[in-house]
Amino acid sequence: MAVVDIQKLSKTYLLGSVHVPALQQVDLQIEPGQFVAIMGPSGSGKSTLLNLLGCLDRPTSGRYYLGGEDVSRLDDDRLSLIRGKRIGFIFQSYNLIGQLNVVENIQLPMFYQGFSEQASAEHAEQLAVTVGLADRLRHRPSELSGGQQQRVAIARALANDPVIVLADEPTGNLDSASGAEILVILERLHSAGKTLIIVTHDTEIAARAQRIIRLRDGQVETEHANEN
Amino acid sequence: MFLFRLKHIVRLGAKSLWMHRLRSILTTLGIVFGVCSVIAMLAIGEGASQAAQQAIAQLGSTNLIVETVRPPEEKTDTSGGQFIEEYGLTYDDAESIRNTIPDVQVVVPIREIDQKARYLTRPEVAIKIIGTIPWYTEISPVRVSRGRFLSSVDLQYRLAVCVIDDQVARKLFAFDDPLGLDVKIHGSYYRVVGIASPPAPAHTTASFGTNPPAAGKTSGVVGSVYIPLTTARLRFPEISAQFTGGSSTREKVELQKITVKADSSEQVLPLRDILDALLDRLHKKQDYQIIVPLEQLRAMARLKRIYSVVLGSIAAISLLVGGIGIMNIMLATVSERTREIGIRRALGARKRDIIVQFLSETLLLTLAGGVLGIILGSIIPSLVAYFGNMPTVITTTSLVLAFGISAAVGITFGLYPACRAANMDPIESLRHE
Repeated sequence: MAVVDIQKLSKTYLLGSVHVPALQQVDLQIEPGQFVAIMGPSGSGKSTLLNLLGCLDRPTSGRYYLGGEDVSRLDDDRLSLIRGKRIGFIFQSYNLIGQLNVVENIQLPMFYQGFSEQASAEHAEQLAVTVGLADRLRHRPSELSGGQQQRVAIARALANDPVIVLADEPTGNLDSASGAEILVILERLHSAGKTLIIVTHDTEIAARAQRIIRLRDGQVETEHANEN
Repeated sequence: MFLFRLKHIVRLGAKSLWMHRLRSILTTLGIVFGVCSVIAMLAIGEGASQAAQQAIAQLGSTNLIVETVRPPEEKTDTSGGQFIEEYGLTYDDAESIRNTIPDVQVVVPIREIDQKARYLTRPEVAIKIIGTIPWYTEISPVRVSRGRFLSSVDLQYRLAVCVIDDQVARKLFAFDDPLGLDVKIHGSYYRVVGIASPPAPAHTTASFGTNPPAAGKTSGVVGSVYIPLTTARLRFPEISAQFTGGSSTREKVELQKITVKADSSEQVLPLRDILDALLDRLHKKQDYQIIVPLEQLRAMARLKRIYSVVLGSIAAISLLVGGIGIMNIMLATVSERTREIGIRRALGARKRDIIVQFLSETLLLTLAGGVLGIILGSIIPSLVAYFGNMPTVITTTSLVLAFGISAAVGITFGLYPACRAANMDPIESLRHE
């Protein structure tokens, strides 16, 4: 069964008195463990789709089943819970909290799910080690390089063992060497069985995905599978 | 789990407050001064009212004190020299009160004379003679520490005995045991039969006008010597001469005070009216006044209420201003940290979690201000007490109140910024900057 099942999903924004369709009748199914790249020019509806997939926003119409549960009509508290438990976010600009150190940043999603301090700290340290930050546990984000910060963000995204990991241009702010490192980690996630959805302009990343979905004007333009 | 949350939130709040140290300190100053003024004012007010209440209570809440006052001058001719001005309370007044007024427990006439006392050939000491009757102990909190007070036998036979208070005892006899020794006053000897502890420091009662005009020049008076009223009448003339600018005025005053003790405090006020009516009939001149400690006590309570309201409103205004300052800063903080809020929301924080976070931060700020204010507010009254020579009392209630107020200010003025933070759209917040 598909972990992400989107049926006729539409999103319309109201700009002044004009209705602007950002996403129109999109159907999409993603199987567990798939590595999917979403591409498209700006204004094609990528961000809107990502926000809907990440339960940060609710669709104007259509259905979104995440892990079999209809999440398109949930209230704010329930959506917060879904975000915290089932979705891991990786952002282009890392979005770490400056006052917290590496472990504390990774702990944050667990904090909101009510884990104990000790359990979450242990788990966070473990995750930090797996992304290669064993010697940076107590550092602040400002003391880390961009690549390291993004690795913290990846560890944080994995904290609650989410059903899907959403990444928005994860290498967009990085030099090619750091970007490559991040890609390696993401591929490792994929091979460990995580469902990975990446929004990107980077054809190099897209080339590694199993599926590439191209959007244009709020609709799926083409979709093809990579053989590699 | 809960502890973890609390720890996390408090640490986070403290961190972000610490990051903007100066801003936090300046913001919280309003609360600091507000709380400080609440505590200081309450302490000073409480101290003043306690001192006054103590002084009044010393006079006895069931007592009515009738005092001799010099009537308004009506005569113009004092050059005759032989003119004797006669005024004030008399023995007959005391008798009439005792005989005609119901619900009276005791009526105690008091005569006060300024004199000098001497023991053997030691230096003279200025004292105040209080000529009274044995029931004096009923209306005054005077305690006999050794020996006995005056007795009805003393009164009946006009014995030359006296009870001295311990200040007089110390001054006159130094290390000798005064009991059984003789004190020389105005040419005659009085045997000491008892030593009493004086009721109160005299200066607190002075402000309530209970010191009779006859004892006007009391400077240097060490203490009181109690003798039987009858003895006083026998041995001390009621006519005293005052020399003013070459001419002398003679005046005759029989009694300086009559203290009446009512059965209960409910009867005090009706008794005052009866007493006033009776004395009005007996006296042609307005040469007496009736002092009702109970009434003063009540007036004091009223005054205290007014005082509290005034101080309370001043404190409320300063706390309001402080609170608005805090709200202002918290709104700025919220908009500064929009992105952080977005991140937290994306990572699973509910609106409630965001509210709790910002509310705790505000609370932390105001409580820190409250604690600082309490410390400062506790120092000020002791300075006032030390330099201003005013009694101050810091009650636990005022501390709890101050702490409660700062918490209330924190919640009241923190709620709106916190709600604003919680209601921000996560997508918008993530895109911020």
